[in-house]
Amino acid sequence: MTKKKKKQQRASSAPLLLIAAPGILYLLINNYVPMFGVFLAFKDFNYRKGIFGSDWNGLDNFRFLFKTHDAWVMTRNTLLYNLAFIIIGTVAAIFVAVLMYELGQRSRVKFFQSIMLLPNLLSWVVIGFIVYAFLNADTGFINNTVLKALHIEPISWYSTTKPWPFILIVTYLWKYVGVNSIIYMASISGIDKGIFEAAQLDGATKMQQIFRITLPMLKPTIIILTLMAIGRIFYSDFGLFYQVPQQSGRLFEVTQTIDTYVYHGLMELKDIGMSAAAALYQSVVGFLLVLGANALVRKVDRENALF
Amino acid sequence: MKRHSRDDGASFRLGSTIILSVLAFLILLPVVLVVISSITDENVLISSGYTYFPSKLSLDSYYYMIKQSEMILRAYGVTITVTCVGTIISVLITTMLAYPMSRPTFRYRNMLAFFVFFTMLFNGGIVASYIMWSRVFQIKDTIWALIVPNYLVTAFNVFLVRNYYVTSVPLSIIESAQIDGASELRIFFKIMLPLAIPSVATISLFTGLIYWNDWINGLYYLTDAKLYGIQNLLIRIMNNIQFLKVSSNVSLLGTMSVDLPGTSVRMAMAVIGILPIVIIYPFVQKHFIKGVVLGAVKG
Repeated sequence: MTKKKKKQQRASSAPLLLIAAPGILYLLINNYVPMFGVFLAFKDFNYRKGIFGSDWNGLDNFRFLFKTHDAWVMTRNTLLYNLAFIIIGTVAAIFVAVLMYELGQRSRVKFFQSIMLLPNLLSWVVIGFIVYAFLNADTGFINNTVLKALHIEPISWYSTTKPWPFILIVTYLWKYVGVNSIIYMASISGIDKGIFEAAQLDGATKMQQIFRITLPMLKPTIIILTLMAIGRIFYSDFGLFYQVPQQSGRLFEVTQTIDTYVYHGLMELKDIGMSAAAALYQSVVGFLLVLGANALVRKVDRENALF
Repeated sequence: MKRHSRDDGASFRLGSTIILSVLAFLILLPVVLVVISSITDENVLISSGYTYFPSKLSLDSYYYMIKQSEMILRAYGVTITVTCVGTIISVLITTMLAYPMSRPTFRYRNMLAFFVFFTMLFNGGIVASYIMWSRVFQIKDTIWALIVPNYLVTAFNVFLVRNYYVTSVPLSIIESAQIDGASELRIFFKIMLPLAIPSVATISLFTGLIYWNDWINGLYYLTDAKLYGIQNLLIRIMNNIQFLKVSSNVSLLGTMSVDLPGTSVRMAMAVIGILPIVIIYPFVQKHFIKGVVLGAVKG
């Protein structure tokens, strides 16, 4: 490259930087500045003394946090729910995707997709209302119709912990199965049709085609999506765990996740130090998990690694 | 042999149709319960609860909402304003950030890509971000609290637009515009922004849906009910119900009753929150599905 050309290039990057400036500025403020705010986890935050004036207290926040029963409960819940979502969610999404593919007709596929995507468009607040219509003790559908028909005593759902893992998993599946199946359908559509035709000529039944061709061909997609989900296993869907159980304190043992804990600490208990410690714990472990998951993806399939 | 397998395919198609019909039916059922409950007579609701086959229908809850329309229209107004303003600003900033990243001759291209990408890997958490927005920027109880924090630029959207530029817009267009003496700003606004419309449609849809459905910014940054959009209004109604349940204080009941609609009105409110989405959705489904697939293929 000649000197002149290099100079030209440098000159041409200024206007481009200017165009990118608003976006850069926004990310700096919204995403990067709070990263330096992690020092709050090591402070005894006091509103009157302010962000920088508050006293340092070393690892005290963490020491207190991990001494509580909450730390164990929220970590366990976050991990176990995500694990259930990954396993059950993937199986359900693939099941739906395979069935959709077998439909053949585009108009029919579109029809079913429209219905299955509907829950994904609703906010968690609205979904909280829907769940409430089923579960509330006085006028809920389950107590008034289902349990009455079965001659079972009404259950106070919002204060009984046992059924909640089931309720939350069903709600999760209801909201996400449609949208997750789209991704798998796209990769089934990408399989060479000639393979199916050849198998058919050899007399393979549909079942055999699914288990011997479709599923093995989906393996890379499954592995990559699963690893990416494992990278996010320390984060929970705040809306699901906050709106659906209606923040019922009696249910915390089975509904508290790291995200809802941080919210409660910050907005209700106003314990900045403790919630900052929990948030940092989440960010750091989450970051390590993303790096680990990405390293695994690279081993499986370099093309699909994030970096 | 061939005949046999073809029969197999036909019965499989039938089986898939049946299973998917059942699934689709199950997925719709909860939404149907909410809709029916919203037009159920209040007395029927109190005696037999929310049910699919109410013995008496009534539109009272919708009449009630028309009477209370000021509160609801206001919330709609807030939600629509936030959704429109948020989406427009977001799309503009996002494409402006994505475009330079797509130019192979741009010096800081890789640096910028990493700068955007890193936000997907690590974040400072909500505590620091909450303190920054509320104390440094004093954003609490302003309309900007619903627009600015969290959603304006996401790495996902930036990469979606950048990839679109890289794969679908030929560089020769830019080069010929440069020869004609057009400035970079002019090239972006007159040529590149209009060319990005297919990807802009997808990210507008995602962003619009996020703003319409968002209640988290309201939860953190609003104490003034005047600024509540539809979602936060719904939360307040639900909280008032819970609050009344735990307090048996009758005098309190009197003061709260204005805010506490009947059992069927709650569901009518939920219907009102869903309605606009259900109306718009069929027209945009195509872009939505395309976006989901694109995002999954390469983030």
